[in-house]
Parts: sequence; C-alpha cells; structure tokens
Amino acid sequence: MKYFSRRKFLGKTSNLIGAMLAAGLISTSVMATEFPTAEVNTTGLAVTDDTVTVGILHSLTGTMAISETGAQEAERLAIKQINESGGILGRQIRVIREDGASDWPTFAEKARKLLINDKVAAVFGCWTSASRKAVLPVFEQHNGILYYPTFYEGLEQSKNVIYTGQEATQQILAGLDWVAEEKGAKTYFLIGSDYIWPRTSMKIARIHIEQVLGGRVVGEEYKPLGDTQFGSIINRIRLRKPDVIFAAVVGGSNVAWFRQLNAAGINSDNQTLLTLSVTEDEVLGIGGENLEGFYSVMKYFQSLDNPNNKAFVEAFKAEYGEDSVIGDVTQAAYLGPWLWKAAVEKAGSFDIDKIVEVSRTGEIELDTAPEGYVRLHPNHHLWSYTRIGKWNRDGQATVVYESPELIEPNPFPEGYQ
Amino acid sequence: MGDFTFQELTSILAMQGFVGISLFSVLLLMALGLAIIFGQMGVINMAHGEFMALGAYTTYMLSMFTRTHYPELMPYYFFFAIIASFLVAGIVGYLTEFALIRHLYKRPLDTLLATWGLSLIMQQMFRTFFGSREVSPALPDWLMGSWMPTDSIFIPINGMFVLGLTTVVTFAVYYLMYRSSWGLNVRATTQNRVMSGAVGINTKQVDRLTFALGCGIAGIAGAAFTTIASTGPTTGSLYIVDTFMVVVFGGAASLFGTIASAFTIAQAQSILEFFISSSMAKVLTLLTLIIILMIRPEGLFASKVRK
Amino acid sequence: MMNFFIERFLGGKQGAVAIGILALLILVIFPLALDLFRLNLVGKYLTFAFAAVGLVLLWGYGGILSLGQGVFFGLGGYAMAMFLKLEASDPESTAIQTTPGIPDFMDWNQLYELPWFWVPFESFTFTLLAILVLPALFAYIIGVAMFKRRVGGVYFAIITQVIAVILTVLIVGQQGFTGGINGITDLRTLNGWDIRTDSAKYILYFINALLLLAVIMISRFVLTSKFGRLLLAMKDKEDRVRFSGYDVSNFKIFIFCLSAVISAIGGAMFTLQVGFMSPSLLGVVPSIEMVIFAAVGGRMSLIGVVYGTLLINFGKTGFSETFPELWLFFMGGLFIAVVMFFPNGLAGIYNKYVSKLAFLQRYLPAIKLPKSKADTQSNASSSASTSDNAAEGAKS
Repeated sequence: MKYFSRRKFLGKTSNLIGAMLAAGLISTSVMATEFPTAEVNTTGLAVTDDTVTVGILHSLTGTMAISETGAQEAERLAIKQINESGGILGRQIRVIREDGASDWPTFAEKARKLLINDKVAAVFGCWTSASRKAVLPVFEQHNGILYYPTFYEGLEQSKNVIYTGQEATQQILAGLDWVAEEKGAKTYFLIGSDYIWPRTSMKIARIHIEQVLGGRVVGEEYKPLGDTQFGSIINRIRLRKPDVIFAAVVGGSNVAWFRQLNAAGINSDNQTLLTLSVTEDEVLGIGGENLEGFYSVMKYFQSLDNPNNKAFVEAFKAEYGEDSVIGDVTQAAYLGPWLWKAAVEKAGSFDIDKIVEVSRTGEIELDTAPEGYVRLHPNHHLWSYTRIGKWNRDGQATVVYESPELIEPNPFPEGYQ
Repeated sequence: MGDFTFQELTSILAMQGFVGISLFSVLLLMALGLAIIFGQMGVINMAHGEFMALGAYTTYMLSMFTRTHYPELMPYYFFFAIIASFLVAGIVGYLTEFALIRHLYKRPLDTLLATWGLSLIMQQMFRTFFGSREVSPALPDWLMGSWMPTDSIFIPINGMFVLGLTTVVTFAVYYLMYRSSWGLNVRATTQNRVMSGAVGINTKQVDRLTFALGCGIAGIAGAAFTTIASTGPTTGSLYIVDTFMVVVFGGAASLFGTIASAFTIAQAQSILEFFISSSMAKVLTLLTLIIILMIRPEGLFASKVRK
Repeated sequence: MMNFFIERFLGGKQGAVAIGILALLILVIFPLALDLFRLNLVGKYLTFAFAAVGLVLLWGYGGILSLGQGVFFGLGGYAMAMFLKLEASDPESTAIQTTPGIPDFMDWNQLYELPWFWVPFESFTFTLLAILVLPALFAYIIGVAMFKRRVGGVYFAIITQVIAVILTVLIVGQQGFTGGINGITDLRTLNGWDIRTDSAKYILYFINALLLLAVIMISRFVLTSKFGRLLLAMKDKEDRVRFSGYDVSNFKIFIFCLSAVISAIGGAMFTLQVGFMSPSLLGVVPSIEMVIFAAVGGRMSLIGVVYGTLLINFGKTGFSETFPELWLFFMGGLFIAVVMFFPNGLAGIYNKYVSKLAFLQRYLPAIKLPKSKADTQSNASSSASTSDNAAEGAKS
C-alpha cells in the first residue's frame, strides 16, 4: 500500500469495500485545506478548493458505442466510489463526458476541447487504437494524461498515456505457450479482423510460433471489419487442419464467425480455438452455446475468485443492473481512476508532470484491483497476470490457467518486431 | 497439403459450393425488396438497410416475448417472426411512402437524400429503444448445427433455411409481379403512369403498396439474417452498398437480372475469397462490376421499356 | 477591368456584397470572436466547405450527383499527409525502429524500405502538384469511363459510392503502405515549420479561409462563363445541348475534374489543420455528409453551401456536446425537411423570405440563383428535368 503511505492511518486494507468504508469514515479528516489549491495545481488545471474535473471520452454513438459502453460505465463507477470515499486530496471528482462518436477526428477534437477549454486534470477513455492514435498528439502537445483501457498492439509508449490494458506480448505469448504445452499444438491457423491490432498481434504470434515454439503457421487470414461471411475461410481451415485456431476477430463479425464455425460443425469437441478478442461482453452477442469449450486469453474474467473481484462485480451490478456483464476492458477501465488517484496522492499534486514522474518510479500499485494486484511499470503499462478462460454455456468462463507470476509489459518486444 | 484423401477434397469442394450458394441467397434476399422499389418506381431507398434492421429487431422482440410468455412455442416462433417482420417493415414502409416518398417522385436524386435522412432517424430510434449493444434473438434449436449428408460434409442448417426462404420469397414475388392482376397494374404503372391512370388503375395506391411490399421483403431479409449475424443500430448500413450493387448490376426492373446478378457477385466473391485475402477479393469483385457496368451501363438484363 | 472582375469573379454587385459578408465573417468576425480551439474547429469545417463548393458545380449546376466526393477529399488529404509523415519520420526521431527513416507504421508491418510511390512525396513541390493533379487524373479516368458511356443519374451516384468503398477497403487492407484504419497520424512539421503551434494554427486558418474565397471566385468565374450557361442548359435538357453539336460528356468530365480538385484542396488543408488523415474521412458516410452540407446550404449557391457546412458542423459539435442522443434525429429531420420543403436550402430560404423583406432590401443582397421565374417554379422544373436526365442516364 505504498500509495497510501502518506496517510498511515488507512492501514492495510486489502479489499475494495474495506478501503471504501475506511476512507469514508476518515473522509472528513482528509481536508482539502491540507492541500491548498495553489500547491497541488500549479499548471492551471480545473481544480478548485473542493472539486477536480476529469474527462471521460468514449463513443456514445456510432459503431463503437457497443464496445465502449462497458468501459465508460466502469470509469463512472470507479469515480463514484472514489467520491464516496472522500475524493482525491479532499476534492470531489467532477466528470465531463464527451462523445467521440466512433469517429477519429471527433476524438481528437473532443480531446482538444477537454484539455484546452475544460482544462481537465485527467482523461479516461478511447477504445480503438485508431482513436488513441488520433488523440495522442493532442495529449502530448497540451500535456494531458490519458488512461487507456483496451488491450492493444503495443509499439507505443507515451509519457502522456497510462495503458491499463495488456499490450500484445503479455496476452499472446503466455496464451501460445499454454496451448503448445497443454494441447501439444504444432500447427496454427491465424485469423483476425483487418486492422492494426489483429495484424500486429498475429505478427508477434507468428514469430513466437515459428521461432520459439517450433510450430508451423498454416494459414493467416484477415476479414474486413463488419464482414459477416466466413464460409470460405472456414473451408480453408478445414483444408489445412490446424491444431489450433488463433483468432482476433472483432465487432459484429465476431458473432457471425463463431456462429458459422459452429454451424459448420467445428466446435470444441474436434478443434482447439484460442481467441484474443472474446470477453464476457462479446459472449452476450455470440451466445454461450457457440463458444462452449473454446478458450480466451485475457488478464481478467468476471468469474475470477477473489474478494476484490467479488466486491467489484457486486458494485457494478448494483449500479448497472443484475444482467450486466464485465469483460476484460471494463475491468481495465475501472482501474484507470484508481490508478490516477494513487498517482495523485503519491505525488501530492494534480500536476501532470508530477504524476508522470511518480508513474515512472514503478511504485504505483493497487492491491484492490479486481484482477488482483497490479503495479505500474516505468514504461506506463501494467504488470499483470495472464489467464486463460474456458467458456461455458452460460456465458461465463472457467479460468483454467493463470501465469505463475506477474508478466512484465514490453511494448517494444525485442525480436518480435 | 499432400495428406488429403480424394473424399476430403470433394467434401470441401461441395461445402465451398454451398458457401457460394448461401451468399447468393443472402444477397438475393437483401436485393429483392430494393429491386422492386427501384425497378418499378425508380426510387432509391437508402433506408433499405434500416428496414432490414427493423425486421431483425422485430424478430428479436418476438423471441424475447415468446421466451418469457410461451416458452413451449419457442421452436415455432420463428415463422411468426418472419411474418411479423414483413408486416412491421411493410407498414412502416407504407407510412414512409405516404409521408415522404410520394412528394418526391419527380426527383429521384432527392429521394436518395431524403431516405438517407430517414435512415439516420431510424438508426437513432433503434439505439434509443434497444441500446447500442448488438442483440441476437434466441434461435430455436432446429435452426442450429448442420446437416451431414456424409461424414465429412457439413451443410449449415441456417444457411439452408435462408436459401429456402429466399426461394419462397422469390417465387412469391414472381407470382405477384408477373402472374397476378395487381402485378399487371404495377407494371402498367411503371410503363406509362398517365395511361394507367386513364384506364382506371389507382396509381397512387399501386405506388404505396409497391413501396410497402419492397420494405416488407427487406423486413423478411432482416429476420432471416438474425440466424447469421447479430443486429445493432448500424447493422443496416453494412449491407446497403452490396445491395445496391446487386440491383444496379442486375439492371433495374428485371427480376431475372437481379437473380443473375446476385449469383454472379456471390460466386465471384466466395471463389476469390477461397484463394486470396478477403479485402482484395472484395476490391476485385467491385472493380469488375464497375468495369462491366461501364460496358453495359443498363446492367446485365435491362428491361426494354419505352420511356 | 474592375467591372469584368466584379461581374465574372464575384457574380455582380449583389454577389460581391454576399462574398464580402462571407469574407468579413470568416476573416474578421470568427478570428476575433472565437478562441483558438473553436477557430481551429471552424477551420476544419471550412475544409469540408471546399467539397461542398465542388458539389455546387457538379450537382447543383451540372446535375451530376457524386456520392464519392470523399474520395477526392481523401486523395488530397493523403497526399499532404504522406509528405508530412515523411518529414516527421527522419532517421533521428525513428531511431528505435528496425529501419529508421521510414514511417512508423511501415516498420510495424515489416517493410524495410520506402515503397516506390512514397518516394516522390519527399518533395514539397511534387506534393503540391500531386494534390491538384492526382484527383483530377483520377476523376478524369472515372469521368471518361462513365460519361462517355452516358452513365448518369442514380447509376453514377451509386458507382461513385462503390468507388469510395473500394478505396476505403484498399487503404484499410494495405496498412503497411497506407497506415490502415489508423490512418497517417502524428504529423508535425511542414518544411521545418511546426504546424502544431498556436501561431501556425492561426496562419493555417487564414490560408484556408483565403483559399476557400479564391475557390469560390474561380467557381463563380466558371459558372458565369459560356461554359457555365451550357452546363445549366445541359442539366435542364441534355439532349438539346447534345443536338446543338456539343459533346456533353466533355463538359461533364471537366466539371467532375474541377470539383475533384476543389475537394482535394480541402482535404489537404484538413490534414494540415487537424494533424492527421484517416480512411474514415473518405468513405461512404463522409461523402454523403458532404452532399448534405451542399443540400442544406443550397445546391445552387456557392456562398450558401459555406453557411450550410458551418451550420451543420456547429450543430453537430454543439448537439453532441449536450445531447448526443438527439443529434441524429435532428440531422435526419433537417435533411428530410430541406429536401422536401427547401430544395434550394439556406440560400433558397434567404432569397424567398429574408431578402424580400422590404425594409431589409436596401441593405441585404439577394444571392444569385440561376435565372429563375419564381423560386418554387424553377425548383420544380429544374428538379423535374434532373429526373429526366437520371432516367436517360440509364439507357444509352
């Protein structure tokens, strides 16, 4: 609990609810007056004596709204909990929500608005790589800080972005090692949607399969985003008879892909399939019966059995309804505000440069994270466990493997570029 | 790839053949409604995809309703869903014609724009009522899985279902347009509106019903697609360009042209896709279509009507 | 000489006043009234106005509806982005790559040298030429193929839309060469001049605004020439023009190329002001949006479409900041209303109502729409004849 070390009386609270209650009890004692605005905010951010303003920037409309809803809900939940527990440096968090409308120039425009007009202290948001790439120069130019929740292709490291999802190698290498070992896989068929994340992921996968695992890639296919016809590819898969299908299909295509696979008689009885792109959110659309027995490699599953996660799932369902599900990105988005809080409290300031400075120390950590303990690496990514879940009919996964230790984030993997 | 028996290769070939036929039936079902509206009325309906989504959402609602209230009817609800989708989309189409389209018959390019405005409104309505997440109805068990004529051939049942449905709808359209007296009225109106009016055909009513019929068929297509993919507010826009290509390539006002065009496009796309990457297959197919359209601007099978 | 200029480039005295008011608005009032953030947004909107002006020529006067103007906007934008990206990828700042000196996305996609078609974009002169020539050439090829075969009306609209789809699929699919769906991002300097600074943003805004005014004047010049009158005649009765001995298809090809070049200039200015280019700006939806800008502003009014573009975009930004859910309803409704009730858009409303108010007549100009008997009358007749063309376009 290093980030709480300034406030010794918080003690060692290892679960979220505990932390909330404790913080709630002492909230009156963390007075904003202890941290005069002039000291904690030397760069003119939107911080007053009792509030601090942050931005949430996701697509509320357009094709990406489907995916970004969960992340946005998790961020609001985290902020609400932080506020209930007394806020940050005695200040309540005020949120400005902006709609990126699934359109990358709009993301850049809204990011500019949040940073220049609203002077927000931090921004939580973005989902696709394209939207992140569009806002990145804005954050660098105007020195803002972005907490980005999605697992992504890596090859990036900005002082103005904290990546709370996994970068490609964290997710992929552990997953491939597991299928090679556990299933004795030798031949692999790679399939993904046609854009940067699947392509980069497959590139890393291919190098790992061919050079480290000594396996063979028997096919590599990319489908245009939104395409729903997988018949020809399924027949090619049949022709190549791979031991493992390694998939990163996203969005609406994902539903069509798994349904057609199933209808074509390819299921877990006769085929091992490992996917990078199915979380509990996607299962809703795909249907558990089409996924049963297939594997996902992620850092988080809703079914994780630990007290932090139980509290989180309960709070999320209380807020957004009993039917809501929580996927990997949703959980990573939930970490954003908490990591920011940890950094601000450690730095004792809202100044971006000071937050970046403490983030570089590698000492920002959360042991209240639903996924378990996480620590921020000096390269702004998170150390995290990688897990493999086997999907059940009810749309939940059983975790069948967990990496023995935290995996180091490595956005520029030597030998995999 | 030496380790294949002859039988395996034939099976894959057979299944690949079915992939092409399946895509053909999908394209045809999408295009039929648009072909009727464009061919008979000269109206470009940019909201066609949204009428499909309307059918899909109707199916989704009906599946939810059946599951909560009459779970024992789940195996059969899908047939009702198809009829309901047809009716809902048809009625909305009827109203659209009344409120919007009939004022714009003299301006085809403007109908294109107005119906695009309509498609925006419909998308937002779907989002407001159903949320932005994609949904898919619970399918009856008999629609899942595959039929295996031999051990190594898997023919997806949902694909066969769509194929069957397309066949039925196509014959129904054929009968309606070419064998019924109503169809005669429609075709007469297309050829000479003034004369048709003079001989006592209620041309306005004909227009309205033609448009409603086209939209209703889009609704059926939407219902059928819930067996293949999920439905979201913007699902319709994914299909619209393909649909237009089928209709334009086939030549307006020709049912046979639409069928031939859907068949050609589907075969080209699925065969190419088997050999080269999907995006290049799509680019090549579309490019070829454009080039053919340059050579035959009136489409594959233009009807010979006197203007 | 002065009179010639006023008549031909500004569209007479009334036109001169109208363009003067527009110039006052975008060159003086906006820069004074808006902070830099908003001004930069207006600059972005004005780049779309280029495409809308191009559509006035092509659609309003030529009667040819293109649903693929985004393609040309994108070509201009990508040409500029390629130049800027090469400048941003000097060997020093890309030292961590396997192959320093090539754009980062190429390095991620295992390209080890610059593809041949990127090489000429290291030259600024070539880039400027490419922004003008490439779209014109592309439009020429499409134009020859389509118009010589007398493809027109809705067929042309749909084919241009398909071309937009093809280009999007190509760019997304060939990401090693194009940056894929992310587009070309992180652009920094233009010949060493940092385009991200505040002063650069101001300067680019003014260059953009002046270019737009210049484009409007050139378009006015084209429309007031004999060619412009022929164009209008062709839109109303194509066959008569053809039987008078003119090659109608050449007119169409020329106006298509011109509108393409105008859109491309807008695209290049977009890249400069926004700092990146991506396939999401040249697909089906942005192309249709450009048509909306033109329709709302008034498809026959070079000045009206600028207001139309500004109105829609301000609405989009404003609405989506406050009620994101309502925006599409509003936009769809507005669009239907304009098409059904105000085919000449803002310019038509202005002419019909505002400029008729007696006490204002002395001060306000009427925007010059083509020789009209009465507004509504001419709408109906010109639209009706457009439909003739559409029907004729189909048969050859």
